[in-house]
Amino acid sequence: MTFATPNLVPAYPEIFLLVALGAILLFDLFVAETSRFLTYAYTQLALLATAGFLVLGATGSVLTTFNGMFIDDPMARTLKLVGVVAVALTLAYSRAYNQQRGLYRGEFYALILFALLGIMVMISANHFLTLYLGLELLSLSLCALIALQRDSARATEAAMKYFVLAALASGLLLYGMSMLYGATGSLNLGLVANAISSGAADPAILVFGLVFVVAGLAFKLGVVPFHMWVPDVYEGSPTAVTLFVSTAPKVAAFAFFMRMLGGALSPMVADWQSMLVIVAMLSMLVGNVTAIAQTNIKRMLAYSTISHMGFLLLGILSGSVGGFAAAMFYVVAYVLMSLGGFGLILLLSRDGFEADQLEDLKGLNKRSPWYAFMMLLIMISMAGVPVSVGFFAKLAVLSAVLDAGMTWLVVYAVLMSLIGAFYYLRVIKIMYMDEPLQTEPLVAETDHRILMVLNAMAILLLGVLPQPLFDLCTISITHSFHG
Amino acid sequence: MTAYPFLSLSIWLPILAGVLVLVLGGEKNLCRTRWLSLLGALVSFAVTLPLYLGFSNATATMQFVEMAPWIPSFNINYHLGIDGISLWFVLLNSFMTILVVIAGWVVIERRLSQYMAAFLIMSGLINGVFAALDAILFYVYFEAMLIPMYLIIGVWGGPRRVYAAIKFFLYTLLGSLLMLAAFIYLYFEAGGSFDILRFQMLPLPLTVQILIFIAFFLSFAVKVPMWPVHTWLPDAHVEAPTGGSVILAAITLKIGAYGFLRFNLPITPDASHALSGIMIALSLIAVVYIGLVALVQNDMKKLVAYSSISHMGFVTLGIFMFNAMGLEGGLMQMISHGFVSGAMFLCIGVLYDRMHTRQIADYGGVVNTMPIFASFFMLFAMANAGLPGTSGFIGEFIVTLAAVQVNFWYALLAATTLILGAAYTLWMIKRVVFGAVANHHVAELKDINGRETLFLAILAVLVLAMGLYPKPFTDTMHASVMQLIGQVSTSKY
Repeated sequence: MTFATPNLVPAYPEIFLLVALGAILLFDLFVAETSRFLTYAYTQLALLATAGFLVLGATGSVLTTFNGMFIDDPMARTLKLVGVVAVALTLAYSRAYNQQRGLYRGEFYALILFALLGIMVMISANHFLTLYLGLELLSLSLCALIALQRDSARATEAAMKYFVLAALASGLLLYGMSMLYGATGSLNLGLVANAISSGAADPAILVFGLVFVVAGLAFKLGVVPFHMWVPDVYEGSPTAVTLFVSTAPKVAAFAFFMRMLGGALSPMVADWQSMLVIVAMLSMLVGNVTAIAQTNIKRMLAYSTISHMGFLLLGILSGSVGGFAAAMFYVVAYVLMSLGGFGLILLLSRDGFEADQLEDLKGLNKRSPWYAFMMLLIMISMAGVPVSVGFFAKLAVLSAVLDAGMTWLVVYAVLMSLIGAFYYLRVIKIMYMDEPLQTEPLVAETDHRILMVLNAMAILLLGVLPQPLFDLCTISITHSFHG
Repeated sequence: MTAYPFLSLSIWLPILAGVLVLVLGGEKNLCRTRWLSLLGALVSFAVTLPLYLGFSNATATMQFVEMAPWIPSFNINYHLGIDGISLWFVLLNSFMTILVVIAGWVVIERRLSQYMAAFLIMSGLINGVFAALDAILFYVYFEAMLIPMYLIIGVWGGPRRVYAAIKFFLYTLLGSLLMLAAFIYLYFEAGGSFDILRFQMLPLPLTVQILIFIAFFLSFAVKVPMWPVHTWLPDAHVEAPTGGSVILAAITLKIGAYGFLRFNLPITPDASHALSGIMIALSLIAVVYIGLVALVQNDMKKLVAYSSISHMGFVTLGIFMFNAMGLEGGLMQMISHGFVSGAMFLCIGVLYDRMHTRQIADYGGVVNTMPIFASFFMLFAMANAGLPGTSGFIGEFIVTLAAVQVNFWYALLAATTLILGAAYTLWMIKRVVFGAVANHHVAELKDINGRETLFLAILAVLVLAMGLYPKPFTDTMHASVMQLIGQVSTSKY
């Protein structure tokens, strides 16, 4: 028996993050309540350094380590970077909000970093166990984050719902994985794919396992009919946590889909494609139609997320490299929009006042025309109207679906986005055409303001010149899946 | 031909001017906002003049072509160019923007800089629509244009503005999304290209052509608007501010007809022939039925809005008869309608600014207190009714002639517009302008000031000039129209 040290280089970002995280936990114990800013600054520094590791360590090739349990490829690097940036922005946007609500605590930062670590592990997973490990790390941290405002009944209820449903989803997933293991005799994603394409595995068991895996994945992504937790969690969580839930974990869920369906189960594309078609169609329908009826903006955005995830699935289900790249473009675009949208809602919330109703946006153009303009950009981007990154995301996904020969699905998706346009337009109407309930302009910290502007600019600029992002996604996907 | 990218300038200068107005204008410095907007509009119009001066009448190929890769992943190019069909719309649009800026000079009291910026930015986007030769570029301009228009109607409009704005947006979005699906389909058929000129040469089976035709039709028919998808227009017009109505009637309606000419006819010629009966029927319904509807309106703006739909029915009639006369007549009608309907809405705006009502019943005897205005209004009304010597006559006359060649009954029905148009317009004029002074509000009216005289006079000159000497217009169109006739008469399967 020899014990070989695994090659740690591909996992440097994760290792660094974990070390920094431990240090923050210790450090925070000695930080006085009044100088909590130090914890915040330290967390941001850690994120910056992690991003540095990710960028500088990128090799452009596919490496595996820990006996093939951990994979490092261009897609993983890109998605992790998106996750890190999303978390950094989340923390910056939510600082003032947290200060006013007693959430400005070391635990908040530690938990978010734990969740991020989970996300990064999921993105790099090449093995059922690593996938599950990352997933649970994310889920449990999220659960604690949602319940962090422990006096709030709504937050506690949301955390309970999330916990129970996440456990159920994990159960489904594990059951599906055990079926796949039984049929193929392997837990490694690459070996599973090989075993399936060799034809040695029993197709009945494989399909049986696949159904459970897809159901579990759909739960995590929050798509119909496994979407019930999404609106409640979005509404019940403190907005700072909603912002987090709606961004980085979606990146992880996308990676999860890619690893499972695009990787391990790629030989069964015909089977999962038909399942995803139904799930995507239902998500776009339920998400868009139900969003119209919402008066709570967080719930509205929750249903909007469901429909966006349906759109994202369209890219994945087309089953081609182009489709995967389109879906990746979509998830990045979605994260940008979601960050901006919730960032603005955080700005609207004042001390002791939660801006979570649509009418809180009334007359925003009179109060702060530039913030109203940013929200306008975000809304048209979510509606998929040019000039915005959302348009090109939809265009890329739709052309991938058409390339896969499903013209009717394109027409359906297009009609669904028409329904969706209505409630995004309503937000614009409320901001521009209604009289404000309050008259004072929005107040923002300088860093929040600058980041909001950059965020909105990114949505606009990528809407005019999307090519760099297209390149990035195409390169990441082609090098990771056919390289 | 010079190397200056005049098309790009005509698109981006107004957008840049709009952004500058937004940034520098502010709400406190109204004077600066106004002059900056006017300067922006004037310069933007000035850069479109070389397009006319340097335009060659002899060729039907695209001129002033600009081409640069934009999104290589999807082979999307920044591809611009104009021919005899699109040239006039770019000029018309840039020109009307100046009038809109002048018309909104002191009238707009709320958020002036945003108002001016919205119009300038929209002007640039509309130029983009007419100049784009790449389907996605076209789509981007086509859709992006909706947002400023949505805000213009919704923010500065009348009491039911929000309803009208949302109706306007969703109606147009429905059509354009299906058009997008058609574009993506054609992209794959064309072997990975969004080039409109390539789409035009693509062989397609008839059933596919018909589906694509329908997708385009839904998009453009809503814009024209054709009966029965016209219902957004009266709502939008009534609620929009004067400037919004002017641009809506003078320019955005033309985008629909332009779309038919640029997409439906050349890309799906067989479907166009197969469905031309329906299209002509819809056009004639618009001409006759909407003309009758216009007759019974109590609101001046609504009346002119319905008259616009009726006039646009003439345009689509001209387009779907597939002969050179009909097409040229339709194009002439569009340009003329741009001037005349713009002028009509400006006149109604002049009255509305003074009386704050558009009900015909509230007026009477305006000629006694506003003689100069009354003569302008009368002239434009005559042009709207198609009086020979005004621009309104040319288009209607040519299209009617073309219709006689195709089918006598078409011509007969189309010609009713000469009666109906005269009836609703002149009856409105009679009730508003002539007669005894109706009430003390009318008695207190002041005649138009220098600013208002300026924009009405410019339009009056153009309406007469085009009516008396239309040759410069037809000359530039001729080559492109003949090519289009060639394309639409060649079967593609």
